[in-house]
Amino acid sequence: MKFGVVRFPGSCDDIDALQAAARVGDAVLLWHADRDLQGADAVIVPGGFSYGDYLRAGAIARFAPVMEEVAEFAREGGLVLGICNGFQVLCEAHLLPGALLPNTSLKFVFRQVQLEVEDPGTPFTRACARGERLSIPVKHTTGRFYSPEPVHVVLRYAAGENPNGSQDDIAGICNDAGNVFGLMPHPEHAVDPLTGSTDGLKLFESIRAHVADRVAV
Amino acid sequence: MRARVLVRPKAGILDPQGQAVERALPALGFSGVSSVHVGRLIELDVEDPSQLPEMCERLLSNPLIEDYEIVEDGEVK
Repeated sequence: MKFGVVRFPGSCDDIDALQAAARVGDAVLLWHADRDLQGADAVIVPGGFSYGDYLRAGAIARFAPVMEEVAEFAREGGLVLGICNGFQVLCEAHLLPGALLPNTSLKFVFRQVQLEVEDPGTPFTRACARGERLSIPVKHTTGRFYSPEPVHVVLRYAAGENPNGSQDDIAGICNDAGNVFGLMPHPEHAVDPLTGSTDGLKLFESIRAHVADRVAV
Repeated sequence: MRARVLVRPKAGILDPQGQAVERALPALGFSGVSSVHVGRLIELDVEDPSQLPEMCERLLSNPLIEDYEIVEDGEVK
């Protein structure tokens, strides 16, 4: 399978996402000004500070030419994973419900957090068990998830682990159709024992398994 | 036309920036200050002010978490 990793001016986790994806499949970079998803089976919108995050995090990136293609891809059922700034971009683009607000602490948080898998039935978490704990780092200033409407929660921060004041300890959500997933923690930074955890790899493996099943059908 | 757009956090949404400012003022000796909120001011010249609401809805604010107010030539719309 092939992953496409979007690169905006200001993306900084695009290479880590590319390398993490390359552990389970092929992976290519997608330039923000291009309208070509290069036949990707899944698109990753990575972390960073797209377009400087001016105005609001993710607000400008949403209008990038590549995002029009990503939105169309998502409408057709394609898998889209937004990590950190990518999550913010997907919310601003209305591909996911809700919004990300500044951390309650107003501080940049950067640490390993424990997550609990609330829904292992999504294409992004099928390699996990319900309630399974994942150890994955966060690093953000604007990660407090808020939604006035109920949302489909996929991952929560474990008790006492909420780093940003997120509503109901929400760490990751998907859309109603289940094919668009966003999370604040960085699974692409947790794929090698060298950095302390390989739990993030399970999300990439889940995507691969889902795409493989779909191709088989 | 010169216009100003005021963007502020929606009522009921925790505003830690406003709280931080509210806590800082008494430290400087200012008392009796409450309900502090921190928002954003956007100034712009526009040829067609009738487009301002759509600009606010689609880019200048995020209506889910923010309220906006348009001031044209000093007159609140």
